[in-house]
Amino acid sequence: MTAEEIIAAIAPAVPGARFEALASSDSAVTPSLLVSSAHLVATCQALQGPGLEFMAFSDVTAVDFHPNRDPRFDVVYHFVSPHRRTRVRVKVRVNLDEPVPTLSELYPGAGWPERELYDLFGIVFDGHADLRRLMMPDDWEGYPLRKDYPVQLRKDAQTYMPLQITQEEFQASMERDRYQRTAPKSKA
Amino acid sequence: MADVRTETMTVNMGPQHPSTHGVLRLVLELDGETVVSVMPTIGFLHTGIEKTAEQKKWQQVIPLVERMDYLGAQSNSLAYCLSVEKVLGLEMPERVSALRVLIAELQRISSHLVWFGTHAMEIGAITGMLYAFREREILMNLNELLGGFRFFPSYIRVGGLREDIPRGYKEAVKAFLDRLPGKLDEYETLITKNPIWLDRTRGVGVISYEDCCKWGLYGPIARAAGGDYDVRRAFPYCNYDTYEFDVIGASNGDVYDRYLTRMAEMRESVKICNQALDRISPVGAWACDDKRVVPPPKDQVYTEMEALIQHFLIYSQGFTVPAGEAYVPVEGPRGEHGCYIVSDGTNRPCRVHMRSPGLMACQALHKFIVGGMIADVIAVIGSLDVVMGDVDR
Repeated sequence: MTAEEIIAAIAPAVPGARFEALASSDSAVTPSLLVSSAHLVATCQALQGPGLEFMAFSDVTAVDFHPNRDPRFDVVYHFVSPHRRTRVRVKVRVNLDEPVPTLSELYPGAGWPERELYDLFGIVFDGHADLRRLMMPDDWEGYPLRKDYPVQLRKDAQTYMPLQITQEEFQASMERDRYQRTAPKSKA
Repeated sequence: MADVRTETMTVNMGPQHPSTHGVLRLVLELDGETVVSVMPTIGFLHTGIEKTAEQKKWQQVIPLVERMDYLGAQSNSLAYCLSVEKVLGLEMPERVSALRVLIAELQRISSHLVWFGTHAMEIGAITGMLYAFREREILMNLNELLGGFRFFPSYIRVGGLREDIPRGYKEAVKAFLDRLPGKLDEYETLITKNPIWLDRTRGVGVISYEDCCKWGLYGPIARAAGGDYDVRRAFPYCNYDTYEFDVIGASNGDVYDRYLTRMAEMRESVKICNQALDRISPVGAWACDDKRVVPPPKDQVYTEMEALIQHFLIYSQGFTVPAGEAYVPVEGPRGEHGCYIVSDGTNRPCRVHMRSPGLMACQALHKFIVGGMIADVIAVIGSLDVVMGDVDR
């Protein structure tokens, strides 16, 4: 399936969106489309629709083109249709401080990879339920995978106070990290 | 009974718990012995490999990516090399592809043997680990024969392989392949119908195929839940479409089915390895003939000026890759390994990103264990076969 065919299939379902088929070295297997971040969620909903069925989430990552390009980031999604044996790559171009809508509602598997991008690139995902750092410590400054972040960073050794939080803070953090129970247990 | 205390208890499992496969921390909320919620915390092994890779020349990245998923090392380098070759537009000779298939399948067996050993040990069958590591030692020795390293041979290179296979390698692999099926029978006698094993694993950590798709879980986990998605079949690389093998699956999606799937996968890998061995002629090409990437043979370097210049160019500046991008998925031991590379036309990558199957498995952990017993957490983590080096990168 070529990028043009995919665009023709999803364009009616996403009114007002401008799609662009991008050339890539692996376009025979993975055709690429470019879409604006405003239409990303609608595009992915259309990709899940009949005839395409990109039901499976493969990956999301980002590329920083600083200082050669403006907008500097590419956010790159990969989706798979396991039974139709097709793949697609969807790209969104954003600049610093431009949020991208989250796909974690549509594809729950996007949750942690989006956190990873927030952690390492500083890209904010709008509507993400749990946007915290994933790899780096919570109090880390800067976004390591940006091109303007130094490769080697000399930092003074830090001493941390032993972890001391109040009971309320502990409760709040447990509440935040608690996943929704599938079936609420009765406390009878 | 109004004054019975019903509050839940918070238990911190890890990061140094022996059965969390490296450094995975789980904050579990327990109601009695039932898991109410789980918060996995990762990142303890984050080493910034993707950032480091951007500073290295294309060929120098290979040892780095091998250290991501350290049990399936050569699946990583295969994914990376295939992606770079895709951008370069290189076609590999049949012998190189067959050797890569052989190496990738031996790596899968090696990884599954570690999985089997540790998984069995965690559930209580310590003998399993002693057996599995005995066979894995042979695979380590084969790696040593091949590349000088036991864990990370860095033998697969962009443009082919590092050098030709050493004398005696094929015979040694053949001897191993003849030995393994009997040993697998031994493992299965030990465990497959063991009532304790069945009690601990059947109906535990169940996931549906739909959830697997949504949460990005492929590989043995999805196939044990009724899927048939295998990258080797769906998007063949290295001429996998010309090999005869079955995509192993099961239907229940529990710990036991994941066990059966991986055990049967090892037997399929033996089949593929035997076919690959038949295709590898004793002498022949071990790299493609692209002068940009593959250094000239040593006898030419010593006698010809152009070859000498080319040799020094490749080893000092490295080669450039035309601007472009590629993502080539590979069926690794844990599922879909894929390497997304972006080149800006220089001799260093602009971005190297490895898709991590383990990250997805850790993310979806609550799907498997919430509502189950705390003792099953160990069984589930073992059956997901996460490698924290791959999760954290």
